[in-house]
Amino acid sequence: MAGHDQTPLLEVSGVSKRFGSVQALYDVDLELYPGEVLGLVGDNGAGKSTLIKAISGNYKVDTGTFKFQGQPVQINDPKDSSDLGIEVVYQDLALCDNLNVTQNMFLGREEKNGVGLLDEATMQRRAAETLKRLSVTTLGSVNLNIAQLSGGQRQSVAVAKAVMWNSKAVILDEPTAALGVAQTRQVLELVRRLSAEGLGVLVISHNLHDLFEIADRFMVLRLGQKVADLVKTETTQQQVVEAITAGQLKYVPGQVTDDRDGEREDNGNN
Amino acid sequence: MAITELVDGDNNVTPVGKRLSFAENARGWIQNLKSGEIGSLPVVLGLVLIAVFFQAQNDRYLSAQNLTNLLVQMAAIATISTGIVFVLLIGEIDLSVGAMAGVGGVIIARLIVPDGTAEVPWYVALGLALLVGIVVGGIHGWFVAKIGVPSLIVTLATLFIGRGVVLAGTGKQGLIRVQDDSVIGIANTFLQPSVAWTIAIGAISIYAVTNYLSDRNAMSQGLSAQSWSMYVARTSLAAVMVLGVVAVTGNDRGLPLITVLLGAAVVILTVFAERTHFGRYIYAVGGNAEASRRAGINVDRIKIACFMIGSFMAVLGGLVLASRLRSVDNSAGEGNLLLNSIAGAVIGGTSLFGGRGKISSAIQGALVIASVESGMGLLGWPSDRKFMVTGAILLIAVTVDTVSRRTRQSSGRA
Ligand SMILES: Nc1ncnc2c1ncn2[C@@H]1O[C@H](COP(=O)(O)OP(=O)(O)O)[C@@H](O)[C@H]1O
Ligand SMILES: [Mg+2]
Repeated sequence: MAGHDQTPLLEVSGVSKRFGSVQALYDVDLELYPGEVLGLVGDNGAGKSTLIKAISGNYKVDTGTFKFQGQPVQINDPKDSSDLGIEVVYQDLALCDNLNVTQNMFLGREEKNGVGLLDEATMQRRAAETLKRLSVTTLGSVNLNIAQLSGGQRQSVAVAKAVMWNSKAVILDEPTAALGVAQTRQVLELVRRLSAEGLGVLVISHNLHDLFEIADRFMVLRLGQKVADLVKTETTQQQVVEAITAGQLKYVPGQVTDDRDGEREDNGNN
Repeated sequence: MAITELVDGDNNVTPVGKRLSFAENARGWIQNLKSGEIGSLPVVLGLVLIAVFFQAQNDRYLSAQNLTNLLVQMAAIATISTGIVFVLLIGEIDLSVGAMAGVGGVIIARLIVPDGTAEVPWYVALGLALLVGIVVGGIHGWFVAKIGVPSLIVTLATLFIGRGVVLAGTGKQGLIRVQDDSVIGIANTFLQPSVAWTIAIGAISIYAVTNYLSDRNAMSQGLSAQSWSMYVARTSLAAVMVLGVVAVTGNDRGLPLITVLLGAAVVILTVFAERTHFGRYIYAVGGNAEASRRAGINVDRIKIACFMIGSFMAVLGGLVLASRLRSVDNSAGEGNLLLNSIAGAVIGGTSLFGGRGKISSAIQGALVIASVESGMGLLGWPSDRKFMVTGAILLIAVTVDTVSRRTRQSSGRA
């Protein structure tokens, strides 16, 4: 699916991140191509969340560089990454229960009318258009409060919120973890549609079965290191599981930090 | 607001929205009700019960004179309650509003006493008192947002400090008379019939036109708008209420000026809360502070601003009280003013859990409280019983809030 002769949308090189005595990421590389779904897998504590928080600017990395569409970029805070067109849908979704679908999708980026008041009608139309474009049809109205929605509908709203701002890359952390079978299906289909629209999609999931349905490629983290990069058509679920549990580590944990100089000030971004 | 459906039809044609049929309109309304969006229903029911009960005991309860009094009496609570709504919206509490109303009253009354010692015009005094309110609210907000002290404690501290200020400010006599005609006039002016009717018709027209324009705007965006029958029903209801108030008060001294001022304040604050970025962020912070932070909203700033509004409105409430009573004494802001103001907001449907409530809830709640107080006063009930009744009403209101919240949470559709 993803032509690897293309320029990657996002290219992360040599990212390391240390929390006190825990080396959460060692020298990790990642490429995300436009139009592909990349599955990021690994056991608990492998560093998946840390990696996406580095990409989204929530954590400053100790070392490492970022390129976006081939250009070197700095990602120092969440605004930097959203300005580039990288949006993250966190596991806890971050929606306001008391606001409606439209109000959530526009939160922080509301449209004004001529006299400076909120232009609810325009926002409703645009929210409805985005949902329609993504074929999210189970939602009756963009006026429903989030509290009235099911888990799958909430996930869909969170995804739609992420992609409505001309985003080019979307990162989803465990998008189906809390969902039932039918709702999981809705969300998986939505993920496929995003990549069909040319977005690069990075999905974290523990459910390899689901991931095998949607991902084009798998990147496996183990103990903070990248241990495998597997193209779906050339691999099996068994091989991915093996990489997760016993992938070959480049660095011996606990011995590597000294020569890499894990001081936080040594920040490749600055 | 119009009930919106997803745009359907051809992609390249922008569909023009239609008005809903009455049936569709009603269905949406019932569905909201079932899912715990109960709106003003409890208040309306409560008011009917209260009216029936007290009228049965004393047939002067629904007289023009008593209803006019009631409008004046509710003004101070309503003013303070609107401020409380902002604090409750972010999921915090302000226990100092009664004391701050007292402090505001004392500052204003002292500064305008014509005793030849540095007296200032009433508006300068009011400006200074409001400034004190803003600063105090800012301090509350700062402690809550930046330090993380629970608002319950910070504002409880201010309650005590404020009591001290009121005692010190009212001096040995324990009472400051207000003689300034402008200040007294705020709560003691009744409008000529011609003025009252003009204001009423103007307000109804503005309501009808803005509603119409907002429907038209929705339809021009391809969204559906409320049915004509709903539009007519809502406009008529508003008209009947406004004209009713003018007619009833016209049979007594006339429409109270303070009622008009209060109405204007509610409209302005409602536009602020529901139609500006800042207002939207208040609701967002109350609903999910972490989500708001990730959306780039400065959560601390919103919290601090809400506490400022809370204290600001408390000082204004103190002005209204000083005006109505024509004096400020050493018990200013004491008694059940605090409880009534919080109860007002909660009875009107503002949630103690943050994120839910309207500015108009303060008016609705204050109306309920004032109706009960007025009835109890008319029947000559002793204070002990009054306190118990007020406490019971607050308990009922909070229970309704909690139960409807649970209904909302469990109504997530599959
Ligand atoms: N904020 C933090 N402070 C300290 N340690 C952290 C922090 N975040 C993650 N870690 C540690 O880093 C490692 C990787 O965690 P994480 O990225 O959350 O893993 P995953 O998401 O793959 O389960 C774990 O050992 C975790 O305990
Ligand atoms: Mg994780």
